[in-house]
Amino acid sequence: MTTQTITTREIAGKTVHVNEEGFMTDPSEWTREIAVELAKEEGIEELTPEHWKIIEFCRQDAAATGAAPTLRRISKQAGVPTKELFRLFPKGPAKKVAKIAGLGKPQGCV
Amino acid sequence: MSEDNRHLVFICSKGNLDMAYPALVMGWAALGNGLDVTIFFTFWGLDLIRKDRVDHLEIAPVANTSMKMSMMGVPGNLGIPNLLGVLPGMTAFATALMKKKMDELEVPPVREYLEMLVDGGAKLYACKMTVDMMGLKEEDFIDGVEAIVTASDFIDMTEGAQIIFI
Repeated sequence: MTTQTITTREIAGKTVHVNEEGFMTDPSEWTREIAVELAKEEGIEELTPEHWKIIEFCRQDAAATGAAPTLRRISKQAGVPTKELFRLFPKGPAKKVAKIAGLGKPQGCV
Repeated sequence: MSEDNRHLVFICSKGNLDMAYPALVMGWAALGNGLDVTIFFTFWGLDLIRKDRVDHLEIAPVANTSMKMSMMGVPGNLGIPNLLGVLPGMTAFATALMKKKMDELEVPPVREYLEMLVDGGAKLYACKMTVDMMGLKEEDFIDGVEAIVTASDFIDMTEGAQIIFI
């Protein structure tokens, strides 16, 4: 196990804590404005209601379980087909969803 | 498949239930992280994409030195004696046990895993030589298998990729 280095950065006018991979480390610092900015950094120009449905599910699930949900969990629990997840968050939905939702990387493998 | 994106290729050559999962788990993780993924099925690995076999993959306790009674809650390092392993029903028992453990971890069955991978953009191919050897046809394979390809095709389509043989 490596210890992670936590730094701060400013996103959407707010100073937040992030790890070396750019994941926010304190979910309570997250705002919807931050999500919009982080999405742009991940190449998603606009967050549609479909994106928000997934982000909000992840926020709620992480608050309940203590960890960012895996793609399969999002797909099953939020009722979003795998294809949709990859369409909405292209090139790496597992990381992108968690990052935009202000959560750490998913802990599960599936 | 985009240029200069990291490309992971798995060669699945085994048809045992336990040997089906490495490519599925790592391939799915790779897709989730934005990599291109290709899976090539050859020899017994074809069982993973055969319609009639995919739901019936098994694990045999015979000659499996890593399978210990501890999986069944018996403490210590006690193995399953090979002499017991050959008894009728022991392979079905070991298979059921593994499936139950996987299910508890919310790991999907092989068929569903492959669907997820295809939906996530993985490309699946069958090896022509072994397909011919086993007398199989395209319609014997699950949906999502792109094509039956030759060894030479495989070499061409994996240029620059990282290849993992299982």
